[in-house]
Amino acid sequence: MAMYLDRDDDLGGFHPEPDDDLIICRCEEVTKGEIRRAVHEGMRTMTEVRRFLRVGMGLCQGGTCGKLVKGIIAKELGVKPAELEECTSRSPARPIEMRVFANEVSDDE
Amino acid sequence: MNKTADVVIIGAGITGCAAAYYLAKKGVSVIVLESEMIGHGGSSRNGGGVRQSARDVRELPIAMYAIEHLWPNLSEELGCDIEYHKEGNLRLGKTPEHLEILKKLVDKSVSAGLDVRMIDGDEARQICPYMSHEVIGASWCPTDGHANPMVTTLAFYRRARAMGVHFISGEEVVELQKHHGMARKVITKAGNCYEGGHIIVAAGYASRAILNTVGIDVPLMKHNLECLVTEVQPPMFWQMLGTAEADFYGHQTNHGSFVFGGSSGLDAYVKNDNDAGEATSITAPSVCRGIMKYFPDLADAKIVRHWSGFMDDCADHVPIIDKVNEVPGLVIACGFTGHGFGIGPGTGLLLSQLVLDETPCVDVPGLRYDRFKAKA
Repeated sequence: MAMYLDRDDDLGGFHPEPDDDLIICRCEEVTKGEIRRAVHEGMRTMTEVRRFLRVGMGLCQGGTCGKLVKGIIAKELGVKPAELEECTSRSPARPIEMRVFANEVSDDE
Repeated sequence: MNKTADVVIIGAGITGCAAAYYLAKKGVSVIVLESEMIGHGGSSRNGGGVRQSARDVRELPIAMYAIEHLWPNLSEELGCDIEYHKEGNLRLGKTPEHLEILKKLVDKSVSAGLDVRMIDGDEARQICPYMSHEVIGASWCPTDGHANPMVTTLAFYRRARAMGVHFISGEEVVELQKHHGMARKVITKAGNCYEGGHIIVAAGYASRAILNTVGIDVPLMKHNLECLVTEVQPPMFWQMLGTAEADFYGHQTNHGSFVFGGSSGLDAYVKNDNDAGEATSITAPSVCRGIMKYFPDLADAKIVRHWSGFMDDCADHVPIIDKVNEVPGLVIACGFTGHGFGIGPGTGLLLSQLVLDETPCVDVPGLRYDRFKAKA
């Protein structure tokens, strides 16, 4: 079962930071400020932030930005990064063409 | 922490979040309890269809109401782009048998007042030029469409929370308790007790065990479903797609990727070990084979991810949305059987009206909880 989270817990309000324009998720072009703001608007898990902003939903599937995103969310929530549950990793491990992916059965055999 | 509210909602999916929003809008205090996270179940795992065509006529009024009155303004109302497109649904057929299936679906919908009609393959290709010439006909409903299910659910949550709804996640409900015969207390696994004048159970398949604790049973089963998503493609078309055989359905998103869902035919027999559902090695390839027959241009599109989820499959494949006579104050909304997203906002509004004893936006007598009878 998921960790208990009272969504009314006070995070001390959103305060702009000088590097909020920094792009964190390069595939989907999501900035640090957008991630921080989403946390203050209620997205309290890695998965919710991902689903709301598309961080880690691009070609690399979070391979590049995953750790950075986790660190940013943890800092806003005031918890250790290790306390946050990872997003689910899904196959395929690398993007693969539909015509290749569709070949797991063959009429020839 | 205040554990009492006018209404306690169990389940923070699209149904629970939308109900919370419409109740908050009317000044009602609401607590929402969620065992996992916001939108953990089917609300974040579906293909995003906002569709009336081919819907069972018992639930069709909710879809028609929502598409006419709620979906068009939802982005503005929630302060978040939910990526709603109202540009039609094509349900495709490749054989005369397919056309027979489509014709039956169209006749039923038309008799219920929906604007949907049969068109031939060429007309379908005029609407969507990327379609293969194997398509010989389709049903066409111009007012259907699609939206982003993950964002829509979270947008309802975000707005409801900003309006004062108290959401608590990681709080698994294990028991309901009555007080003087009325629904009153909600007990969680952690031992917390929440109280409400009304309790809405909108917890997907988990609703069954929760309702059992006050002697109510609903005929639900868990049924695995899977979706896949491609990398970004150039903008091609905005219609929602389906097939007569129901081998796949899907659409292109604002982002450019295509989201498709579909069936391997063996989905109902996937092991239920994992709460979130297990993506199998067979379903996504099977869906790809289906897609390529209808849309050969997509054969080179790369799949970046596929995922699964469980739907709460009801015995007659339409939801239960009703007040419970035996337990005043208890309201059920579950059993959406894989098509709860498109009617989600309508269901939420309807639930708020049921709780407040207002005139409901639509009448859905076919969705009563006590409709299930053994064979005569």
